[in-house]
Amino acid sequence: MNETYTAFAGFAQTWGLLYFMILFGIVLAYALWPKNRKKFDDAAQIPFRED
Amino acid sequence: MVQGRKRPAIAGWKNGQIKGLCGDRAESCDIVPIRCDNLHSTFCLEGLYDPIDMNQRGSGKVVCMVVPSLAPCMDSKDWGAEMAQNKAKMISLEEGGFAIFLVVLAFVCLIVAGKTFDQVMAFHAGIGTLFAAVGVFFIFKNYFDDGGEPIPAEIDGKPNYNMGPVKFGTIAAVFWGLAGFTVGLVIALQLAWPALNFDLPWTNFGRLRPLHTSAVIFAFGGNVLLATSMYVVQRTSRARMPGRILPWFVILGYNAFIVIAGTGYLLGVTQSKEYAEPEWYADLWLTIVWVFYLFLFLGTLWKRKEPHIYVANWFYLAFIVTIAMLHITNNLTIPVSIYSTKSYIVWSGVQDAMVQWWYGHNAVGFFLTAGFLAIMYYFIPKQADRPVYSYRLSIVHFWALIFLYIWAGPHHLHYTALPQWASTLGATFSIILWMPSWGGMINGLMTLSGAWDKLRTDPVLRMMVVSVAFYGMSTFEGPLMSLRSVNSLSHYTDWTIGHVHSGALGWVGYISFGAIYCLVPWLWNKKQLYSLKLVNWHFWLSTLGIVLYITAMWVSGIMQGLMWRAYDSLGFLEYSFVETVEAMHPFYIIRALGGALFVIGAVIMAYNLWMTVRHGEAEEADAAPAGSLAPAE
Repeated sequence: MNETYTAFAGFAQTWGLLYFMILFGIVLAYALWPKNRKKFDDAAQIPFRED
Repeated sequence: MVQGRKRPAIAGWKNGQIKGLCGDRAESCDIVPIRCDNLHSTFCLEGLYDPIDMNQRGSGKVVCMVVPSLAPCMDSKDWGAEMAQNKAKMISLEEGGFAIFLVVLAFVCLIVAGKTFDQVMAFHAGIGTLFAAVGVFFIFKNYFDDGGEPIPAEIDGKPNYNMGPVKFGTIAAVFWGLAGFTVGLVIALQLAWPALNFDLPWTNFGRLRPLHTSAVIFAFGGNVLLATSMYVVQRTSRARMPGRILPWFVILGYNAFIVIAGTGYLLGVTQSKEYAEPEWYADLWLTIVWVFYLFLFLGTLWKRKEPHIYVANWFYLAFIVTIAMLHITNNLTIPVSIYSTKSYIVWSGVQDAMVQWWYGHNAVGFFLTAGFLAIMYYFIPKQADRPVYSYRLSIVHFWALIFLYIWAGPHHLHYTALPQWASTLGATFSIILWMPSWGGMINGLMTLSGAWDKLRTDPVLRMMVVSVAFYGMSTFEGPLMSLRSVNSLSHYTDWTIGHVHSGALGWVGYISFGAIYCLVPWLWNKKQLYSLKLVNWHFWLSTLGIVLYITAMWVSGIMQGLMWRAYDSLGFLEYSFVETVEAMHPFYIIRALGGALFVIGAVIMAYNLWMTVRHGEAEEADAAPAGSLAPAE
């Protein structure tokens, strides 16, 4: 029982951390990628483009 | 000129106010069909009536409209036969499906109502039968009224938005808001003067308290979210919501759930889980409605003309999907019998507690935060007339928020049977949540950058900006309270109540009021609100109310916590419980005063909105939403 706990905790504390860091890295890269800038600037105008 | 064509000629024009015009009002009805094909006819009307308010004489302009192809394309003598033929083949799968479902539901409810030994179940099943039967009636009434003609998704190249359910949701939000705030005031007064529960079971604090929380969160907040999400997703997708029954099923079905849940509390039916009090049959019904809501939302996105999905829609989608998951998991109960209101959850003890607070905190995170952030990302830019400060920050905000919030729940269970690592994990994620929360707050506030002067002149915008400030304040306070050392003082005290209300009254309440103040003139085609002065009164009265409320609860809560943990030199508790209650009495009165100011503010809002709809100056006809008459181009 205790070993299961230790194994789970070890997994969560290493791979869990890595998982969140990688996800965050992907999100940052997507949001800040220079090529996407125009697309996002354009998207910010959507509320004003209605009929 | 087609002179004096009678009612059926335009009966198919369902949304337009022109319905019945020829038969009912005009002596000479100059409806000119200028273009006819198999699907649509375009009529022009020579300014007989004001296109917005048909009771008034119009300006003399020529206004045109497009309706599904009907009689004016045909000879009047053929019309009846043609119509009958159309009828026979035109009931849609959607109408038929919903009608069959509701008929079956009505019968099931009727059987349950007849056979149950449980009086509350009999009452609720009776309500179910009634609602389902009324639903079937309206499906067929609607079908016979419009001849089963499809409603055009576009008119003259402009999206024909479906705003009926949005209007209903807005009205329902105001109604439930008033009810929920008032019940809150009543229980605040009961805490100060317990005699006010009148010794009746139905007005007991234990029953009214969940009525208050559910009414403000799910009835008021839920209708605001449903209405705004239907509005925003249509406008930012530039597409009409799919279905003609579906949107109404969602909004009316949701409100039916509110009625069942609320009356259940008063009659003593509860699962005793915070924010998840409704029993199994109400939960089951909400699940059905919610899945259709998801379909409706996804269906609108699917039909979108705008390639990019605007960030507000991401927040709405996260709210809908996560609430579905949380609701189903936290309500996996087995009823004692289908004739009984009572059910038992499949897990027990600490697992049940953990699931409950995983649900409970994410009800805060995804219902009261993600959904209302969607409102922030649409309505603040609209009202300030500037795009959001940083669209890229909004993307980081979204993904960070949804990935982090889901882990924070265990911080509600410090010093319980829950393993310590689990509650530490919850606290850790709560602290990390500072980042996306404040990122979002900065994004909302900085949208005003360069236009701060608008706060002086626009009380609606001021309300929404103050709301975002309250969001920042309560998301700062929350992680602080999730720390074990702070929690040992704050937990089970009024500090928690104060914290919740700075979020609920300040953030959720104000952003909702702001959205409603924007929506009502937009939906009812009014130039502006009836009175900005009254908005100002609402703003200042309720701000004063909130400040009184939260400061009273901070003082009372911290005092209560300190008195509970005070020991004398011999190691005995210094105060008995009732002494702490006595010490809190003045603060309970201040809190009730704050609540009363908030209720008065909401009443002023309701009056202002009513006057806007009834007597507000009509917007120019060219800004009328598709669905009413549009001027000739």
